[in-house]
Amino acid sequence: MDTTTATPTLNYLNNGYGLKSWLLTKDHKRIALLYLWSITAFFFLGGFFALMIRLELLTPAADLVQPDTYNKLFTMHGVVMVFFFLIPSIPAVLGNFLLPIMVGAKDLAFPRINLLSWYIYVLGGLFTVAAALSGGVDTGWTFYAPYSTSASNSNVILAGVGIFITGFSSILTGLNFIVTVHRMRAPGLTWFRLPLFVWAHYATSLIMILGTPVIAITVLLVAVERGLHLGIFDPALGGDPILFQHLFWFYSHPAVYIMILPAMGVVAELVQAFSRKNIFGYTFVAFSSLAIAIIGFLVWGHHLFVAGQSTYAGLVFSIISMFVAIPSAVKVFNWTATIYKGSVSWDSPMLYAFGFIGLFTIGGLTGLFLATLGMDIHMHDTYFIIAHFHYVMVGGAIFGYLGGLHYWWPKITGRMYPEGWAKFAALNIFVGFNLTFGPQFLVGYLGMPRRYAMYSPEFQVWNVLSTAGATILGVGYLIPMIYFTWSLKNAPRAGANPWGARGLEWEIPSPPPTENFAVTPVVTEGTHQYAPSREVGIV
Amino acid sequence: MSDAPSSYQPPPVAIHPAPVAEHAHHPWLQHHFDNMEQQAEASTLGMWVFLVTEIMFFGGLFMAYLVYRHQSPSGFQEASHHLNIYWGAANTAILIVSSLTMALAVRAAQTSQPAKTQVGWLLATMGFGAAFLGIKAIEYYDKFRDHIVPGPYFQWEGQYPKPAEQFYSLYFAMTGLHALHMVIGLGIMTVIAVMAWRKTFDEEYYTPVEVAGLYWHFVDIVWIFLFPLLYLIGRHYHAG
Repeated sequence: MDTTTATPTLNYLNNGYGLKSWLLTKDHKRIALLYLWSITAFFFLGGFFALMIRLELLTPAADLVQPDTYNKLFTMHGVVMVFFFLIPSIPAVLGNFLLPIMVGAKDLAFPRINLLSWYIYVLGGLFTVAAALSGGVDTGWTFYAPYSTSASNSNVILAGVGIFITGFSSILTGLNFIVTVHRMRAPGLTWFRLPLFVWAHYATSLIMILGTPVIAITVLLVAVERGLHLGIFDPALGGDPILFQHLFWFYSHPAVYIMILPAMGVVAELVQAFSRKNIFGYTFVAFSSLAIAIIGFLVWGHHLFVAGQSTYAGLVFSIISMFVAIPSAVKVFNWTATIYKGSVSWDSPMLYAFGFIGLFTIGGLTGLFLATLGMDIHMHDTYFIIAHFHYVMVGGAIFGYLGGLHYWWPKITGRMYPEGWAKFAALNIFVGFNLTFGPQFLVGYLGMPRRYAMYSPEFQVWNVLSTAGATILGVGYLIPMIYFTWSLKNAPRAGANPWGARGLEWEIPSPPPTENFAVTPVVTEGTHQYAPSREVGIV
Repeated sequence: MSDAPSSYQPPPVAIHPAPVAEHAHHPWLQHHFDNMEQQAEASTLGMWVFLVTEIMFFGGLFMAYLVYRHQSPSGFQEASHHLNIYWGAANTAILIVSSLTMALAVRAAQTSQPAKTQVGWLLATMGFGAAFLGIKAIEYYDKFRDHIVPGPYFQWEGQYPKPAEQFYSLYFAMTGLHALHMVIGLGIMTVIAVMAWRKTFDEEYYTPVEVAGLYWHFVDIVWIFLFPLLYLIGRHYHAG
């Protein structure tokens, strides 16, 4: 678009105002904002389903909604939150915005494919919303056969097609990131000078391109089986429902690393910026992302411990599942060591980073309980599982997302936000989150199963606590919505580098110009050097 | 402005302007690439990564095939006997030749041969692709005629009707998905042929032909696996 005539005041936001300039943009920064709006919409849609679930569970009886409706509520909550919020959240918004800037490029390698991925996402989302509006789906987000292939009367095909389509948006994003990191790095920006955010996104992209096609073919086969009576998973047609579970979890377990790895990348940036220190053990943290991505592909069988998988297979999957704890622990220890003796400031992004480290540790350690064969027999399909993965997904992924959004908000919009309110919201979310999901560990351990609209009265006190927490959590999510929107016009302008942080993104104006860099930068040292130390890592 | 600590001064900026390269801008160079070489490398790497996803995509089906073949080997043998090995072999030959003409099309673009030559090889490739789909259609027609399409109207004379139905479920899923890829390939080839006709490609810029070629070869290779799995394995057991 603009050539060398770009004036300092011309940036990607004021470079064209019409609807067309947004809907046909090839600028990765604008596409990131398109994603931001759409995933926020899906987040609140998924949050609405969660709210309905929690309200129903206030009382032991199924009084607010009938069990059939309840089944649809938790299915839609899972589908929307997993496929339309958590998976695209950090990569498609923050990754899209920052990755090209962090590698010193003008854009991602394939700008048109990037825009296409957003349209695919929206199309898939429309299918899923259509499935919800025309009666809903009640199979659970896991679509287990033969329930999904023959027993359920709900809109499985419509929702499946929605997930199938959205998968391609994830594949295209991953493809774009991988090629960009390989081919678009600025001169001098070697692999071991890359920000850890980029490493985390590279590892995430690997999972996206290797895992997503498998879920795509799996849900496609479910749809084909329902529509054309091909016998793939339905035992009545000679199929094997366990094969469905294997194929489903081959993607859907690594998918949790699609959700958590980018958040880990964000936290690595946050602890460096707000401790004013180089990351402790750069190479270890970088490689731990890859290790999580690789080991993550070998553990799916831990979802099948009680599904009729052989005991020996279960044993192997149990052991490999525990291996994932090693690179995860490497990250937690290294962040902690980075903060140690750092010049720590308590800005709101850092509050989310602290929240992440604590909550992810709880979520991760309870994962070890579940990876243990004997324990899992007791806790399988109870609220213990729900609490475990919400500690990872909400306490981890969403805390990372919100921390990152606050940290880079001045870069994205050129405005600060009200720090007092931001601190209050962070605290609110932390308290609300723990009150929501903490009791679920207990009630799950006591034996309350997941996915039922009714429960035995002795569990009520824990469920009331949980619903109270969810209300606080909900308010906590609304506050940033309000002050972020307010800040767009009213907050003071941010300079190029309001945090005094390091990294290529802080060297260019806020908001960045359309081309990011007037001239291609040449990098001469690690991009996140807070101390004049040795070269980071292997060069 | 912010609560950021003000006492800290980050070390000096590690960025220096790059020397501006003086070279003529190729009309097909996109603005965000430094040069044609970087653009070509990005495009081919992108296609390779995409093909990896395609392998995983077909992989789910191959996995299902392996599991069910292991569960009922005799049923699968019996079922595969109803496939016409001659049509299958003919299609294999056709696709291999189409890969040759595709490679020649890439070569023609790479060596700046006249547009007519490039378009000729591309049209030949498309012709073979269409022939493949035609034969596939004949085969599908035979299956419909003989009622061996899975579903309520499935009829099977042999010993193993259930595994046979499953075999044909997989047969239609796998060859159908492959045929869909062929149709997409023909669409891509049409675009490439029009571009070639407009004298787009020469030794400096032939990435689209090369990338389309990678896709085409991949789709061929999938068939090279499908043919033995569906048509050939276990046939000799029934030789008598």
